[in-house]
Amino acid sequence: MSQERVIESHGLTKQFGDNLAVNGLDLSITQGTIYGFLGPNGCGKSTAIRMLTGLLEPTSGAVTLFGQPIKHHEESLKQRIGYMTQKFSLYDNLTVLENLRFVASIYGLGRQQRKARIQELIQLYELGALTKQLAGAMSGGQKQRLALACATLHQPELLFLDEPTSAVDPENRRDFWEHLFDLSDQGTTILVSTHYMDEAERCHALAILENGHKRADGTPQQLMNDMPATVFETQGPQLRQLKQQLVSHPEILSAAQVGTRLRVLVNKTCAQPATLLHTLGAEYCFDEVRPSLEDVFVANTGGRHVG
Amino acid sequence: MWASLVRIWAVAIKELKQLSRDRVTFAMIVMIPLVQLILFGFAINTDARHITAGVVDYAQSHTSRALVQTVQASQTVSFTESYYSPQEATAAIIRGDIKAVLVLPHDLDRRIALHAKTLTQDPAHTLDEPIGQWLVDGSDTLIAATVRSLRNMPLTDISNTVAPKPPVTFEVVQWFNPEQRSVVNIVPGLLAIILTMTMILFTSAAIVREREQGNMEFLINTPIRPFELMLGKITPYVFAGLIQVSIILLVGHMLFAVPIRGGLLSLFGAALLFICASLTLGLVISTVAKTQLQAMQLTVFVLLPSILLSGFMFPYQAMPELAQWLAEGLPATHFMRMVRAIVLREAELSSLEPDALWLVGFTLIGLALASLRFKKKL
Repeated sequence: MSQERVIESHGLTKQFGDNLAVNGLDLSITQGTIYGFLGPNGCGKSTAIRMLTGLLEPTSGAVTLFGQPIKHHEESLKQRIGYMTQKFSLYDNLTVLENLRFVASIYGLGRQQRKARIQELIQLYELGALTKQLAGAMSGGQKQRLALACATLHQPELLFLDEPTSAVDPENRRDFWEHLFDLSDQGTTILVSTHYMDEAERCHALAILENGHKRADGTPQQLMNDMPATVFETQGPQLRQLKQQLVSHPEILSAAQVGTRLRVLVNKTCAQPATLLHTLGAEYCFDEVRPSLEDVFVANTGGRHVG
Repeated sequence: MWASLVRIWAVAIKELKQLSRDRVTFAMIVMIPLVQLILFGFAINTDARHITAGVVDYAQSHTSRALVQTVQASQTVSFTESYYSPQEATAAIIRGDIKAVLVLPHDLDRRIALHAKTLTQDPAHTLDEPIGQWLVDGSDTLIAATVRSLRNMPLTDISNTVAPKPPVTFEVVQWFNPEQRSVVNIVPGLLAIILTMTMILFTSAAIVREREQGNMEFLINTPIRPFELMLGKITPYVFAGLIQVSIILLVGHMLFAVPIRGGLLSLFGAALLFICASLTLGLVISTVAKTQLQAMQLTVFVLLPSILLSGFMFPYQAMPELAQWLAEGLPATHFMRMVRAIVLREAELSSLEPDALWLVGFTLIGLALASLRFKKKL
C-alpha cells in the first residue's frame, strides 16, 4: 500500500455563532485507508466531513486533498471525490435507473461508458430487480445501496460516507462493509463516520470525536493498548448498588452493566487498581479483561479523557 | 462545452421526469390557463350593466311608471326596490342594497312637458329644471360613470317629441374593437397574467425544493456548474409555457371570438421571450428564498404588481410616472404591450424591438444573477 497522503488537515475549525462545531482538527490519512470518525450525535462529524469535501468554508485551518489545497480547487477535486450524505439525497421520484443515469451524465460519462458502468454497479449492488422502482419507495438498505452506487459511479479515489448505515439492519450493514473493503482493496481511500462501535472496529484507523475535539486517534488496536484505563469485570447480586458505590470514587472512570456483568474502567494513573476495587466492593471478585472499543470510547469522552 | 450541454440536458430530462410524475403540477399546466381564462373571460367586464337601483316615485303617475320602464329597458340599471323618501333610499345605498336611486318629483308630468318644449325651442336650457335626479354611490368610478351616461337619455317614447341630435365636435372611429367588447382586450392580457403566475411559480420553487428535499447536498458535490443547473431547470418549463400559450389562444379564439390578427410566429416569438424572462425571475427568487413557502410569498409579491401595473387592469398611460417606471421593470408590462399589439393590431415582432430587447436583456441578467447567487456551498 502506497503511503501517499490523501487527506491532510491542520487546525481545521468551524464556528457557528457561539458554537464551536469542530475545533482544531488535525488529520493525516494515507491512500487506501478506511478511516473512521467515531462520536456521538452532534460531535461535529458531519461538519468535519463537509469541510473536507469543500462544501463548507472552515472558520480557520486548511484542508489538503491529494496534496492540493482544497481552497480554489473545489471544482477540479469534485471529479476525484465521492460523497454519500447522511440523509438520502437522490431523487425520490426518479427510478433507480433514472437516478443512476442522471448522476452518470452529471459526471460527464460518455454514452458507452455510462451504460457499461451502470450495468456494472447494478450487478455489484444487487439493484437488478429494482431498476424501475422509484427510489422513494425503497427500503433503507436498498436506498443505501443506490446511494453508494451513485457516490462511486465516477470511480472516485476518495470516498466520504456520512453515517452510511444509520438506517439499515445489521445484515445489510455487514454486506455494506464488504463493499467498502472491496473499494479499499482497489485503492479507494474511505472516510466514514459512525456512532456504532462494531463499525468503528472495522476501520483501519479512526478518530474519536467529542464536542468538536479529536479525543484520540489511531488503529483500533493502538487505541485499546493506549487506553488511559484498565478494564475489570465482575458478577454477583445487586450490581446496580455496586455501580453507585463505584462511580462515586474519582479513580473509577465508569461502571456499566453488560448483561449479568458489571464492566468497570479504572484510571491508569491508579497504581493498584485491583486493590482499589477490592476495598470498594469487598464481597465481589474483579477480573481484569481485554478492553473493547467501547471502553476506549468511554474512557476518552464525557470529560473523562486524560490530556 | 460538450460536457456542459450533456449536463444541461441531464438536468432538463430529470426535471421533465419529475414533472411528469407530479400529477398536480402537470394538471396545473393545463388547468390553470383553462379555468382562469374561462372564468375571467366571462367575469371581467368593464361595461357595467344591470346596476341595482331603487326608485323614489313622488309623482305616482302613469308617466312616472312609464319613465321607470324606459330607463329599465336601457339595461343600464335594473330597479329592484322602491322607497318612500330619499333618506330611506340613502340608507339602502349605505347598506349596499342598491348602487343608485332615481328620485322622481311630484310635478314630473309638468317637467316633462316643459322639457319637451325647451328641447325643441331652446336646447341650451334643458337642464335648468331636470325631470328627475339620480343619487349614486360614486365610490366606484365605473358605476358612477355608467349612471352618468343616463344624463342625456332621450325621452322620445314618453314626451312624444323627437329630440334634435346634439351637434358633433369630433367623430370617433374605434379601430380593432369596433363593438367595444372588453373580452377582446382581456384575453391577450390574461395570457400575460397567467404566464407570469405559472412560470414564476414553477421555477421559484425549483432550487429551494432541491434544498428542502435534501438533494442539494449531493448535487453541489458533483462537477455541475451553476449556470448549467439553471438552464437545465428552465428548459422543460419553456415548453410548458408554450403549451399554455396555445391553450389560451385557442380557447380565447373559440369561446370568446378573440381575433388573432398578427402572425403566429411573431406571437410565439414574443411569448417565448416572455416565458424565458419570467422563468429566470422565478430562478432569482429561488436563490433568495430559503423555503418553498418563502418562494411562494415572493412570487405573490411580484405577481400583484404584474396584474395591477402592467396595463392589464388599468391603462398604462393613466398611471403616474413613478408607477410607470416601476411597471417598466416588470416583464409582464412589456409582454402585455407586445401581445396586444400582435394579437389585436397585427403588429410584427420586428416592430416591437424595444420591448423584445428588454425581455432578452432581463433574461440574460436574470440568468447571470441566479448563477452568481447560487453558491456550491452549504
